Amino acid sequence: MGEFRMPSLGADMEKGVLTSWEVSPGDEIRRGDVIAVVETDKGAIDVECHETGTVREFLVEPGTEAAVGTPLAVIDVPGEEPAGGKPVAAAPASRRVPISPAARRRAGELGIDPATVSGTGMQGSVTVEDVEQAAGGKPAEEETSDAEPMRRAIASAMTLANREIPHYYLGSTIDFEAAAGWLDDYNRDRAPDAQVILPALLLKAVAVSVLEVPELNGRWKDGAFAAAGSVDLGVAIALRHGAGLVAPAIAAAETLPVTELMRHFRELVVRARTGRLRSSEVTAGTITVTSLGDRSVDWVYPIIQPPQVAMVGFGQMTRRPWVEGEAVVARRVITATLAGDHRVSDGRRGAVFLEKLAECLQTPEQL
Amino acid sequence: MNETELRAKILGVLTGIAPEAAEVDLDPMVGFRDQLDFDSMDFLNFAIGLHEELGVDIPPRDYPRLATLASAVTYLQSRLGE
Repeated sequence: MGEFRMPSLGADMEKGVLTSWEVSPGDEIRRGDVIAVVETDKGAIDVECHETGTVREFLVEPGTEAAVGTPLAVIDVPGEEPAGGKPVAAAPASRRVPISPAARRRAGELGIDPATVSGTGMQGSVTVEDVEQAAGGKPAEEETSDAEPMRRAIASAMTLANREIPHYYLGSTIDFEAAAGWLDDYNRDRAPDAQVILPALLLKAVAVSVLEVPELNGRWKDGAFAAAGSVDLGVAIALRHGAGLVAPAIAAAETLPVTELMRHFRELVVRARTGRLRSSEVTAGTITVTSLGDRSVDWVYPIIQPPQVAMVGFGQMTRRPWVEGEAVVARRVITATLAGDHRVSDGRRGAVFLEKLAECLQTPEQL
Repeated sequence: MNETELRAKILGVLTGIAPEAAEVDLDPMVGFRDQLDFDSMDFLNFAIGLHEELGVDIPPRDYPRLATLASAVTYLQSRLGE
């Protein structure tokens, strides 16, 4: 017999709210299946189970807040003696309905399981209004100055970063002509789902380059730096309309071909923006990348996400005059910035990383 | 497929990427970038979703034609008519 407990979805998580069950008692489940949705200060997370077996009973109802480690359900694992006791009546399995992060959050605030709300939006999707209707026509509250949970979580992490991490910043403008040309050629005759977009190439370049400077990749823990064995690459993903920011990680990014990295990245973005990140993805990375080039930013000055010790920023790809030999030519360029942690590394080592990054972007076909 | 059906399919794809699309009254002439905060990844996912839903191959050079609901309808009508 196994217990499914409130998972810890980040070092700073103490509790979460069980938003809905995605399975019913009696259902067979396999390791990795999504069995519940939990609302955290990082948004709603699809929680995967770690066992294969049969769901016997639920111990808490949707809408319940529980501390990390609290048993939430009992799972019968084959080969083990099933415990006695009568299973609770099967609750109807939750329907998967499209719902925006805002509507999901509102449902959480009002203690409503979104799966029980009939959606009136496109494709039956649940809107904020539907949720409020379901709550008995409770009127939308005026916007208050109370920060949303995610905003508070971001603020507290960044305050910690600014207080405890002695940052240094470096920037380097990189000739991106070879990489941009390679991307154009690569994508020209490929179907959309086989295409690679610029940020994916940058992610791979960072993952490979940081291997040369291991003191940028890892975690600061209990007063010392622990280098990581692989590059679990955090990717900053902005939610729509300023709803917040999440940085799920792609595990062992340095080992993935660009196309594979792109697929992971693409799925992460969709799931983050539709409020369906999985528990295995929200565990923190070992270094994080942020790219703001889509909105005409030239430079990013990143703030490191504790307990990491470095963060890489990219601005937009843009055409600039570039000196080549004695001539000035038009080149596509991109500016990379690095925020490093002086407790672990110095600018000189950070510079080695940026050099390596620029170098590997000159031969994109090898990434 | 008539224009109403096509429009419904496009909105279905949009909702899968941005559930917010169901909540706002989309202005067909205003870009998804401004209305739905779309970025390059969203446009790529939009193209992938349209390909799956309609079977239309959309090369990268045509992505600018998916910028608004109105332009996407026009573009996809012409591609479906080929």
